[in-house]
Amino acid sequence: MYSKKIIEEFTNPKNVGIIEGADGVGEIGSTIDGDVITVYIKVEDDVLTDVKFKTFGCVVAISTSTMVTQLAKGKTVEEALAISNEDVQDALGGLPKGKDRCSGFALDALHKAIEDYRSKT
Amino acid sequence: MKRIYMDHSATTPVDPLVVDAMLPYFTEKFGNSSSLHSFGQEAAEALSIARGHVADSIGAQAEEIIFTSGGTESDNIALQGVLSREPEKRHHIITSVIEHPAVLSTCDFLKSTGHDVTYVPVSSEGIVDVGDIERAIRDDTVIISIMHANNEIGTIQPIEEIAKIAKDNGVYLHTDAVQSVGKMPVDVDQLGVDMLSISSHKLHGPKGVGALYVREGTRLNPVIFGGGHESGLRPGTENIPGIVGFAKASSIAKERLGTDPAQMGRLRDSLIKKVFDTIDDVRLNGHATQRLPNNANLSFRHVEGESMLMLLDIAGIAVSTGSACSSRSQHASHVLDSIGLDPDYIHGSIRISLGRENTMAEVDYLAGALQETVAKLRQISSPVKC
Repeated sequence: MYSKKIIEEFTNPKNVGIIEGADGVGEIGSTIDGDVITVYIKVEDDVLTDVKFKTFGCVVAISTSTMVTQLAKGKTVEEALAISNEDVQDALGGLPKGKDRCSGFALDALHKAIEDYRSKT
Repeated sequence: MKRIYMDHSATTPVDPLVVDAMLPYFTEKFGNSSSLHSFGQEAAEALSIARGHVADSIGAQAEEIIFTSGGTESDNIALQGVLSREPEKRHHIITSVIEHPAVLSTCDFLKSTGHDVTYVPVSSEGIVDVGDIERAIRDDTVIISIMHANNEIGTIQPIEEIAKIAKDNGVYLHTDAVQSVGKMPVDVDQLGVDMLSISSHKLHGPKGVGALYVREGTRLNPVIFGGGHESGLRPGTENIPGIVGFAKASSIAKERLGTDPAQMGRLRDSLIKKVFDTIDDVRLNGHATQRLPNNANLSFRHVEGESMLMLLDIAGIAVSTGSACSSRSQHASHVLDSIGLDPDYIHGSIRISLGRENTMAEVDYLAGALQETVAKLRQISSPVKC
């Protein structure tokens, strides 16, 4: 059902955690719906120097969360905003049918974190 | 890596003795039981013997057993078969909110054809209130369908009490006993039911075969049409190898009722104790004692069911979950929702259903794996915010 890459990312997620004093925080979902993804970003000179996440959710929610943080880290704000759902899915070796909708949640959380950052600057 | 199977409510491995009993009926004794020649009569005799064994396992008479393709078909025949014989003015069904989809979806269909359905609620422990059923009965009520034991949380319903109410009011009583037969004593006269559904593959028999017990005098119409097989109620050439295997599995399950449930109950109780001793924020769903001996449905706060299932699978343990994403559906289990479980817990639910082959060492391994799994997922999630 899941690609080896998804299982690898799910079992060994990178960038798990909270950034104290984050420049931006974005949260998507609720426990009533099932998934809650929170993305934290640190921005220096318009570059996302650190990106971390906390995710309550399924295999896809966790694996896309870790992949989004890896793809976004080191990019400029504009480059991070340009990361697409397809980019995330490709990096994970594809998602099973019916689960593709889930991959957008982590990106949405990243976008909200950037929005939060921009609202403060 | 050794694989440990603890999802016996989904299906069970076929007992090797069952396989041995079935094999000749694929190749040497392959006749059609409706044929008059010796090949056919050989099959007919096997069918007759099998009917007797299955009947005996639930205290029924052989002629009260209708072989079907499984529990789902049995449920469909019971509900649709009874209602299709009723005059139009009698069209009311009573069932519970935690029934299997085989009953709930049939009720949905019957509603679309003009019938009326009352869904009685369950308590926070997953038990129907007999008073609710009594109050739901109307002049036009035809049938009550309440499952014997729930497939997710294992709770056992007060069928005997419901039967008294049904009898007093001249209403048919059907019970889906797919999960209970083989796990606990099931006797149709003691329960007082008019119809009872069984599935072979839940009790170490083959898939694709089951039975509907129909008490003598209960009048049903077929829901599929063809020849006169199974008293005209379920036409189609009988699956003789499957039925022989089902009968063997039923006999073995009956013989082992004195040992298997007690052993599974010991393992289950040990598992529950170990989990509660080592993991915080955990709940046991369903009734503490009024439940199947092999079922432990546990909810862990701040973790998600599918993620738990996957990590346990990687550790070699197979369980199931009623969590939202597990079935590629965005809906949580209707059973867990019906018992009023907090969403924080609903999404972190797993069902562990033990079988006769599981051991205490496996339970200990599962308890340790659960501790690690929950700790890992809680570290990834955000307990403070969830």
